[in-house]
Amino acid sequence: MPAISFQSVSKSYPSPRGPQGSTFLALDRVSLDIEQGEFFGLLGPNGAGKTTMISILAGLARATSGKVSVLGHDVQVDYAQARRILGVVPQELVFDPFFNVREALRFQSGYFGVKNNDAWIDELLESLGLTDKAGANMRQLSGGMKRRVLVAQALVHKPPVIVLDEPTAGVDVELRQTLWQFIAKLNKQGSTVLLTTHYLEEAEALCGRIAMLKSGRIVALDSTSELLKAASSNVLRFKVDSELPKLLADKARITGRIVQFPAHDALEIEQYLAAVREAGLVAHDVEIRKADLEDVFLGVMNKNKTPSQERAA
Amino acid sequence: MTGWQMLLYKEVLRFWRVAFQTVAGPVLTAMLYLLIFGHALESHVKVYDQISYTSFLVPGLAMMSLLQNAFANSSSSLIMSKVMGNLVFLLLTPLSYMNWFVAYVGAAVIRGLVVGLGVFAVSALFTDVSFVAPLWILAFAVMGAALMGTLGLIAGLWAEKFDQLAAFQNFVVMPMTFLSGVFYSIHSLPPVWQTVSHLNPFFYMIDGFRYGFFGQSDVSPWLSLSVVGSSLAIVSAVAVYLLRIGYKIRS
Repeated sequence: MPAISFQSVSKSYPSPRGPQGSTFLALDRVSLDIEQGEFFGLLGPNGAGKTTMISILAGLARATSGKVSVLGHDVQVDYAQARRILGVVPQELVFDPFFNVREALRFQSGYFGVKNNDAWIDELLESLGLTDKAGANMRQLSGGMKRRVLVAQALVHKPPVIVLDEPTAGVDVELRQTLWQFIAKLNKQGSTVLLTTHYLEEAEALCGRIAMLKSGRIVALDSTSELLKAASSNVLRFKVDSELPKLLADKARITGRIVQFPAHDALEIEQYLAAVREAGLVAHDVEIRKADLEDVFLGVMNKNKTPSQERAA
Repeated sequence: MTGWQMLLYKEVLRFWRVAFQTVAGPVLTAMLYLLIFGHALESHVKVYDQISYTSFLVPGLAMMSLLQNAFANSSSSLIMSKVMGNLVFLLLTPLSYMNWFVAYVGAAVIRGLVVGLGVFAVSALFTDVSFVAPLWILAFAVMGAALMGTLGLIAGLWAEKFDQLAAFQNFVVMPMTFLSGVFYSIHSLPPVWQTVSHLNPFFYMIDGFRYGFFGQSDVSPWLSLSVVGSSLAIVSAVAVYLLRIGYKIRS
């Protein structure tokens, strides 16, 4: 039985702009099974539908059509059981200003009907570096500390399926390390982890399997290693001082002065360098590196440009 | 403690932590009304024989404070959680819509009763109080608080901003409580306004409650009980329905 199963799930919202009665399709017949014990990554640009998927999974939103289940429990029909299995770390940095850290965790534990949970709460506080903040009011905590509390709140009922919606957005390096060590440990002990993130190197390092989402559709779904293999294996990277001709620029990924071309073999690399020379430019700091998940991601996203985005570009 | 008990406990703790504002403040306000109106009108207004105006005023003021605070508790808790975004912690839990209803309304009833008792206890220092029928007092206090806590729950779900909630409070709750006969017997009103008052459910809450103290009232306590009881049933059904469909809290 899959830990999480999406079966042809669509979600449409009333369109905020556009004419009356028109709808915006946030998810378009998404099907996806995440097996028990997986560390699964859900990637996609802003507005791709990642948070919508997680909201439907967590019961914060309802699918317009299709079915979502958690360990076989339908998230609508059998919502209480489904929510007991899920531990969700929301994306927004929210907190209840009336209470301190330990109280917030005790309440959350109580809502799930878990009694005498202080030993686990202490362990969570310890693992997330919150022990000395246990008595502090939520208002007094820094953003990073609040994020840790969100993680602890999601895990307080020992959920077998953990969902993290961009947990490291705007978080310092130290916390990212602590957090991932802890989540990886839980995953090794058998928890299923579903992660959405903007940091592709994190997904590459942690996730065994990855789905890429664009405009409400899954455009790539494979193991991380297969996705990396399928991409052009090398990247030619150099710096130039002035602008590339349009024909070249269209094939490149450009970040300021840094230019990167996906390349399969030495011939292709030579051709790119020759074209740069012909354009009267000089390439500095030339290097060839292995493709990473970011290259795969950009490749997939470009291949799946929708007509409206083509026009806008 | 089961899930709904924890939520009830949290909701009670939420107002108790700021009791200076949520309990002491309303009690002080009611005392100012009692002192000023009592002083100004004691010798001019006689509602029932053998009962001084100040004594007449006490149950009405206690009930008015109880009703307003029951409403304030559930409505402000919900709107704050919505605006702050921390309602998500509840939305993620297996708590059922009935659990939500019981916990939010339960906490509102407790806050209402605490404030009502506070008003009563402090007024007892200034004037004579009597309890002719304590069961009637308790029945109207609990039902009135539940009715207003439920209305507050609906208003809190509906409102998206604090000013919408304030409008509801200032333009609906305040006028209806003030015009319900807290400060006067509706028998002293011209016939037209007597009729209008009979359409105000708040009037029955206050009149029935007062019956418990004096054994006298403008209408029969049984009539008041049935009006308050059926109003409570109707607003509860609406609130439970809104919670069940996740009105404005689940998209």
